Amino acid sequence: MKNENLYNYILGIADNSLILGQRLGELTGHGPSLETDIACTNISLDLFGQVRSYFQYAAKIAGDDRTEDDIAMLRKERDYKNVLLVEQPNTNFAYTMARQFLFDVYHLAFLSELQKSTDLTLSAIANKCIKEVSYHERFSSDWIKRLGDGTEESKVKMQEAIDGLWTYTDELFHQTEADKAMVAEGIGVDVTKLKDAYYARVNEILEEATLEIPESKWFQKGGKEGIHTEHMGYLLAELQYMQRAYPNMEW
Amino acid sequence: MTTEEQNIDEILIPILEKVSDPEIPVLSIMDMGVVRSAVIKNNSVNVKITPTYSGCPAMDVIGDDIKLALKQAGYESKIELILHPAWTTDWITPRGRKALEDYGIAAPLDAEADKDVLLNGKRIVKCTNCGSTNTRLVSQFGSTACKAQFQCDDCQEPFDYFKCLK
Repeated sequence: MKNENLYNYILGIADNSLILGQRLGELTGHGPSLETDIACTNISLDLFGQVRSYFQYAAKIAGDDRTEDDIAMLRKERDYKNVLLVEQPNTNFAYTMARQFLFDVYHLAFLSELQKSTDLTLSAIANKCIKEVSYHERFSSDWIKRLGDGTEESKVKMQEAIDGLWTYTDELFHQTEADKAMVAEGIGVDVTKLKDAYYARVNEILEEATLEIPESKWFQKGGKEGIHTEHMGYLLAELQYMQRAYPNMEW
Repeated sequence: MTTEEQNIDEILIPILEKVSDPEIPVLSIMDMGVVRSAVIKNNSVNVKITPTYSGCPAMDVIGDDIKLALKQAGYESKIELILHPAWTTDWITPRGRKALEDYGIAAPLDAEADKDVLLNGKRIVKCTNCGSTNTRLVSQFGSTACKAQFQCDDCQEPFDYFKCLK
């Protein structure tokens, strides 16, 4: 493939949205209340819509007969390059919202930079997505505050969720080979530069939510290289089931 | 036309106006502002449409409906989905806003007022049932990605508010 770095770069971005969208989609009909159920699935829908734009573009770059659906549904686990954070399970609603919040703050900062990409398709997608993601970030940060500064029990649960997921945050700022190549060409975002503002924003919300900022300096990584946590296989089994069982199925 | 980027052959306007948003049937896609360009070339029409939200499931249906409407009028057509410039609620026409209100969906306010409503709980969205502004946000996400849920504290009617997207 002529543009292999660009192709891999797009998949790296899109896989985060795909896998997080799949996690949120699991809540369809299972949310803690009607409103939160609808909100989570709305966010899921936004993310899947964004994924389609990225994968359609990636399929065009690949230039062979693969389609957006092939890219989404038919890769093996090692070929998905999403960060570990987004594949973590919906342990409870505090985890679901903490995962969302820790990703949304990053996602918003990332898209804001991607809008400046010299690749016009990527900048147009970013320009479109950022409006949706700013709603996501409002929603998830509201819930961090409501549960953190809520009842005794909700505070304990939200603190556990933040502590449990904190170890996956640093990976957001790791650069892959495709990242480096794309940054050099003015197409990609230098994620290392987003880190300080990210933790400043996250800490600000955690403080407002009367939660403790985790002190652990030990971080997990691997998703960007395709080395995933144990949860990923189960997630993919469900995501890919229909395409594996009924190849080329459309709806 | 609402914006300068729009480029639609006049003869096609009445045809496209008959195509409606499948999720808000009272609203024509023209009043929604999703048709950005429609140009006839050798009896074939090139149509460019833009999604309201990335994941809007109505876009595929809208594309099919446009093709059908044009076919019935004797034109072949090609539909292209474009992302730039990104759709904004400012492109909904005054007639479109009225259709939304009549249908029971509060039309989007301007960006500042929208923030006051969704973030600070300000009571300024007009109830589509009784007209009172004594209304409150129930959820930032409603029955579709583009709407938020509200309830009127005077007549108790629940209703959707079309979120401002800019």
